[in-house]
Amino acid sequence: MNWETVIGLEIHAQLNTKSKIFSASSTEYGAKPNTQASLVDLGYPGVLPVLNQKVIDYAVKFGLATNCEISSETIFSRKNYFYPDLPKGYQISQLDQPIVHSGYVDIEINGGPKRIRITRAHLEEDAGKSMHNNETHSSYIDLNRAGVPLLEIVSEPDMSNAKEAIEYMKYIHLLVRYLGICDGNLQEGSFRCDANVSIRRPGDNLGTRTEIKNLNSFRFIEKAINYEVDRQIELIESGSIIKQETRLYDDENGITRSMRSKEESNDYRYFPDPDLLPITISKEFIDSIKSKLPELPNAKNNRFINDLKLSEDDAKRLIENPQLSIFFEDTARLTKKANSNQVSNWIIGKISSMLNEKNIAIDEFKLSSQKLAQIIDKVCDGTLSQNLGSKLIELAYDSEQDIEAIISEKSLSQISDLNAINKIIDKVLASNAEQIQEYKAGNQKIIGYLIGQTMKLSGGKVNPNTAKELLHKKLS
Amino acid sequence: MHTLSIKKQIKGLRAKEFSASEITSHYLSRINEYNPKINAFITTHPDASLEIANGIEISKKSNPLLGIPIAHKDIFCTQEVRTTCGSKMLENFISPYDATIVEKISQAGAISLGKTNMDEFAMGSSNETSFYGCCLNPWDLSKVPGGSSGGSAAAVAARLTPIATATDNGGSIRQPAAFCGVTGLKPTYGRISRYGMIAFASSLDQAGFIAPSAEDIAYFLDVASGYDPKDSTSLNEKVDITTEEITNLPKNITIGLAESELTEHTDPRILQKLEDAIKVFTSIGIKVTTVTLPHSKFAIPTYYVVAPAEASSNLSRFDGIRFGYQTNQPKNINELYEKTRSEGFGSEVKRRILIGTYVLSAGYYDAYYVKAQKIRRLIANDYKEAFDKVDLILSPTAPNLPFSIGEKSDDPISMYHNDSYTVGANLAGLPGISFPVGFVDSLPVGAQLIGNHLSEKLLLQVTHAFQNKSDHHLAIPKEFEG
Repeated sequence: MNWETVIGLEIHAQLNTKSKIFSASSTEYGAKPNTQASLVDLGYPGVLPVLNQKVIDYAVKFGLATNCEISSETIFSRKNYFYPDLPKGYQISQLDQPIVHSGYVDIEINGGPKRIRITRAHLEEDAGKSMHNNETHSSYIDLNRAGVPLLEIVSEPDMSNAKEAIEYMKYIHLLVRYLGICDGNLQEGSFRCDANVSIRRPGDNLGTRTEIKNLNSFRFIEKAINYEVDRQIELIESGSIIKQETRLYDDENGITRSMRSKEESNDYRYFPDPDLLPITISKEFIDSIKSKLPELPNAKNNRFINDLKLSEDDAKRLIENPQLSIFFEDTARLTKKANSNQVSNWIIGKISSMLNEKNIAIDEFKLSSQKLAQIIDKVCDGTLSQNLGSKLIELAYDSEQDIEAIISEKSLSQISDLNAINKIIDKVLASNAEQIQEYKAGNQKIIGYLIGQTMKLSGGKVNPNTAKELLHKKLS
Repeated sequence: MHTLSIKKQIKGLRAKEFSASEITSHYLSRINEYNPKINAFITTHPDASLEIANGIEISKKSNPLLGIPIAHKDIFCTQEVRTTCGSKMLENFISPYDATIVEKISQAGAISLGKTNMDEFAMGSSNETSFYGCCLNPWDLSKVPGGSSGGSAAAVAARLTPIATATDNGGSIRQPAAFCGVTGLKPTYGRISRYGMIAFASSLDQAGFIAPSAEDIAYFLDVASGYDPKDSTSLNEKVDITTEEITNLPKNITIGLAESELTEHTDPRILQKLEDAIKVFTSIGIKVTTVTLPHSKFAIPTYYVVAPAEASSNLSRFDGIRFGYQTNQPKNINELYEKTRSEGFGSEVKRRILIGTYVLSAGYYDAYYVKAQKIRRLIANDYKEAFDKVDLILSPTAPNLPFSIGEKSDDPISMYHNDSYTVGANLAGLPGISFPVGFVDSLPVGAQLIGNHLSEKLLLQVTHAFQNKSDHHLAIPKEFEG
């Protein structure tokens, strides 16, 4: 008998504000423990939270980008529980009247669109971090993360397999980076998710779900969900029942483990936080955010394909990296001779491989889009060969000089004087008698070798097409 | 010096009749002599007070409050001296910062004498829940001074300080002021920043002052008030009262005597004193009529859902991990929490944490917390409607006289009813003032006026006009006269 899988995700996106949601402490990642924890973050007696206005802007941005309704009045509530890295004994979060709700995004599954509904997205503060040393039986608490703003994005259970869940999460991951509200850094935990998984017979009511906590890589999500689905099927088919519980994914063993059952879970005793007043969100405010909304990934993708005539694959590769797609467009705008496709080839090819080699992001790339545009134009007009262009990019990357200066200093431009080229070709032919014989015997492919030799002898400065033409002429 | 009003103390300082050091020393020596009798202070710091006073040079341009002594309720965080909040939990807690109200007052030049006694975490109406021992009523040492700001009220009544800060969450300024025969103002919710005031119930907590007269309070109210970027619930409103203006009683003022079932449970001798006060008001041209507050009988039950709910959450931070009391050698994290909190909190605090946890629990939240919030709105509406007809609402401050120590400590419900007349103003966020209207059996009786939002100026003007025609507020208990 077949089973249907039902998945809903709760994504936690850390908002990349400079200061925390309720205090002025820095949110910078990687500082020494407890150096970015103010009295408010430490929950000292008498201190009070003061809302960082930026988080409202960011959440509304997200709401608008996901077709959500924006609450005209939103309130913060306290979620009460004891834990050493939760200094106040409660987390300030939202329960009723979340800032945005009832939206959706369309993702692409097997070449077609699929709509994933978003139940709500609400603001909350992150907790600190506990670290345990089993040898010394000590625990350490770092409160640098306490009070870092999070947007919790809750989907409807609209996904029916791990692949869809990943596609949805990837889309949200892309979206928050396009909106500039989250850096999307999975390793640092700025983007993580909990997955609610259940199975049922087609047409049946929803089955009992389990929640898998704290998944911070796309690969783990896939493995965790698949493991969990198999586990649930096995349980039911062997006559057992699913217990509603929270489970943790153990990436070393590739399994999920029970963390706590529903009975053991906290009664969080939510109530509106009396230290924070309800926030009114006006239509004018929403409109002002709307007017500043950047182009969203789906729209940009369509534009790249339809207007710039990029292939679907190329468009996708550029879209996946918001900064790279901006760099591409800047460069394409600055070129005078090259078309968008040629520019995208350079970005996806040469530039991407340089980024990989240097292990840097595009915003750390030192060559400006102006200089790159100049180089690409020079390849287009034949001044430079593809190879020389590539070499010039590398030279220009570490140089302050302008492009023309580098070309003349390193004498990089192609030889355009036909006499000079013929002289080089004559030398090549003089020392490759064997190959000439082969060519004449009908092996036309050998011309490639001769072109290569010509390039080598000229230091790459002969246009390979010209060389090919002249070689054929001489040998016929 | 201690019989002088703050107005006269300022004059004396300016005329160099006495110096800041002299007035400070005078009060310090009174504290030294009399505090052991009443236990009004938890902590004093005479050397630090004197050092500041010695450095003060008063000129005509100085802030009027420069050199005037003051005491702070031990609920306000202070850097120079420990802040206990009346609890064992914070016995050795030194705050790394000053509360906004403390900072503003010290910037104005007033000199802190010390920290006054209070019910633990402000939970109590008698000062008996203090870990540092009960403060006693200067008028009768066998009686309680009221609470939770019992130390502030008793210190002012015994003239151990010219004025004291206090907080009022359900009557904690007004009831002890009434019990000790002094004047206490609870301002509009949000008027004075709550930053640095250890939270009991955030939506009800309000800082204010206790002093012999309304005029004394007027000197400090404006300084302490105003928007604080560190407190989102603070109001961006000036009190706008100068000490000259306090004498300008507006014309055509109407006071409404609150009629409710509460009067049946009130000591008739207190009601008689209220009648006498009404005569004074009438004699100065104030019209007195009656108003009804139909939901006032629900104020106490409503308050005892809302306040403990918020308290149960606010007090979660006292977990023994970052500051305050920590139990010895806990075996694990749960034991650390359980023992720290069991040993660090007193029984009234625990009772309220339990009540609060209960009313917020799944399955009870709607029946208690949500219901209480609805009634809270009805109570606020009662006041709103009343203020369409009258300018101020008059009632007794408390239904009974100061009671004996231990008399109600085993009967929390009877204790809670001490606040019957006062909690309404907290639930509605309104300002209220308690002022002395005479004595019964040599014990002080207080009357309360409640005003509309931001009507502190009128409250002080009307009380001042009353105090011009009466001398109850000038009385000093015999044992503390010298």
